[in-house]
Amino acid sequence: MKIAGRYVTGGQVAGQFLLLFLVVIWTLPTVGLLISSLRDKDQLIASGWWSALSSTEITNQGRTGTADDQVETAGGYEIAGNLLPEDSPAEIGFWSDNINDITAYEAGQSAPVDDTGAMTVNADGSYSWVSPEPFTLERGERVFYQAFVPPIFTLDNYREVLASEGIGRAFINTATVAIPATIIPILIAAFCAYAFTWMSFPGRNWLFAIVVGLLVVPLQMSLIPLLRLYNDVGATFGVEAKSYLGIWLAHTGFGLPLAIYLLRNYIGSLPRDLIESAKVDGATHFHIFTRLVMPLSVPALASFAIFQFLWVWNDLLVALVFLSKREDQIVLTSQLRELLGSRGDNWEILTSGAFISMIVPLLVFFALQRYFVRGLTAGSVKG
Amino acid sequence: MASQLIGAVIAIVLGIGFSLFYFAGTNWALDHWLGDRSDAAGNRVSRAHRRESIRPWLFIAPALLILGVYLVYPVVETLRLSFFDDTGEGFVGLANYIWAFQDGEFLLAIRNNLMWLIIVPSASTGLGLLIATLADRVPWGTVAKSLIFMPMAISFVGASVIWKFVYDYRGPDAEQIGILNAIVVSLGGDPVHWISLPFWNNLFLMVILIWIQTPFAMVIFSAALRGVPMDTIEAARIDGAKPVQIFFKVVLPQIMSTVVVVWTTITIIVLKIFDIVLAMTNGQWNTEVLANLMYDWMFRGGGDFGRGSTIAIVIMVAVIPIMIWNIRRFQKEEGMR
Repeated sequence: MKIAGRYVTGGQVAGQFLLLFLVVIWTLPTVGLLISSLRDKDQLIASGWWSALSSTEITNQGRTGTADDQVETAGGYEIAGNLLPEDSPAEIGFWSDNINDITAYEAGQSAPVDDTGAMTVNADGSYSWVSPEPFTLERGERVFYQAFVPPIFTLDNYREVLASEGIGRAFINTATVAIPATIIPILIAAFCAYAFTWMSFPGRNWLFAIVVGLLVVPLQMSLIPLLRLYNDVGATFGVEAKSYLGIWLAHTGFGLPLAIYLLRNYIGSLPRDLIESAKVDGATHFHIFTRLVMPLSVPALASFAIFQFLWVWNDLLVALVFLSKREDQIVLTSQLRELLGSRGDNWEILTSGAFISMIVPLLVFFALQRYFVRGLTAGSVKG
Repeated sequence: MASQLIGAVIAIVLGIGFSLFYFAGTNWALDHWLGDRSDAAGNRVSRAHRRESIRPWLFIAPALLILGVYLVYPVVETLRLSFFDDTGEGFVGLANYIWAFQDGEFLLAIRNNLMWLIIVPSASTGLGLLIATLADRVPWGTVAKSLIFMPMAISFVGASVIWKFVYDYRGPDAEQIGILNAIVVSLGGDPVHWISLPFWNNLFLMVILIWIQTPFAMVIFSAALRGVPMDTIEAARIDGAKPVQIFFKVVLPQIMSTVVVVWTTITIIVLKIFDIVLAMTNGQWNTEVLANLMYDWMFRGGGDFGRGSTIAIVIMVAVIPIMIWNIRRFQKEEGMR
């Protein structure tokens, strides 16, 4: 077979289709979430997101005016108005005064209603009910209709979730956790990694072997002892056991093994001659580190920073244990999980909330993918 | 809120400032107090040796301190607590372990964790390898990889929301807004409440983790495949080997060590799987896993630290072989340096 001027075997075509299929599976769920979060909330529950571009069919009812609203005309009396809610983009297709037969009349058709005169309901929802005799009804007549609503895309869901579902505040809280928890470990890890690479001291190899071992220690091992420790510290010094300082330090501790491991591998790959000649020139380790090694290690530092930032931003477990669920401490993942429990059927809230929680990681990720991949390749042993 | 942001900024400044102050200060102090000096006879005495034997410890002290408090001490303490009662005060010997292996919920969690351990790493590794191989051969491979890569940036909770929407269930009379049930209905079937479907619901939760971990495997394999020498593949092709044969007999053996690394990395993540189960079912409908059960026991009825620690130890025991293998591998690499 020949495609675009190149000979392609059947196997290669099959391969392309298979890859295309996999790409669709990997992107479709996220696309569905994004589209849904932008849809009108009534439409979101009425039809699947894949039909977001077609009209939604709804059935509803409206009420006419009463005898007080009638006006006298040349031929008799008329009550007029609109059945649809204000500013509704819906178009009425069928209408009826009988709930059991909603599609009795087409829009624009005239029909007798309530044995008093004839009503006409138009597609735009306006109606006119005329009668030769004066109307006496005290409550408006119910009119049922089937309408088609054109697709509505709106940012209302985002407004709602940011303002009244606590996601806006949780966003700030997450940033408060993630930024210091990313920056604090870097310097500590870099000094340590340098010492492990270019300085000799007794026990160096085995200390580093311990760091490699700690890479895979499950977080679960740390939770209970640290929870107890924090409670004791809180009780002893009369401070809150659940605090931002506590979670910054916890994330620092959990991120350090990977940071040391990544940085040591990188610093170890710098040319030995460079370090040796600086030493010959009389530079101390401190100067070699700050003036030479740190600036050269920026790519590795960036890799780790992205890794740690994504990890902390997306973390749920550490936040659940070391922060409270109070409004001023709850993070995005935790808030989202609360919403899954309490507003499980309000997809307009869940989809927009989830997307807000994903925006920052996705931006970081697409902007700095190169560094991220490098960190991933180098640190693929982390637990 | 403003004070909170200011607090965070102050924390960053103080954190960095304090670290800089510590490293610069201790270095200065070391050079100052242990500087070279003249002895009684007027000869200069170098104390460089003593200085340089202390300096490394100054460099690594903060890291060792934090690692000690946040990882090493807790490992020992969790082991100790697993032999104590719910408050961590009274010694109970092996009672927690005996309880665990007679507790239906715990045994269910073990069974589920084993299923996760078999299915997720193999599926993620296999699919990752498949995608990396396919993407290598097509002109739009980079775009495909970029798109498939995306779930890696999404939190487990975010992914749970995404997939809960895919699995959404409405009654048979209602319009289905979950795509999976919409497909089932359009094929003439009845909508299914996937998340409570006995046994299979575990698989539907695993799909979420496979969806997140496959891109990881794909990236690592992409890099590894680029390292496979072209002439080995060319030689096989000239000998008349088919593409599938080339893959299994020439390429795969050369990247086997990468396959093992990817497999074990995903295995460790699977052992700790928590967020997805908590967000999707919280262990209902027989989907309990160890990490969720442990979290549950940490707070259930005021918290049972003994049982929680015991479950943590069980997870740790499963990790230990990987840990030892990791350290061995590292030491072998060091030997070759």
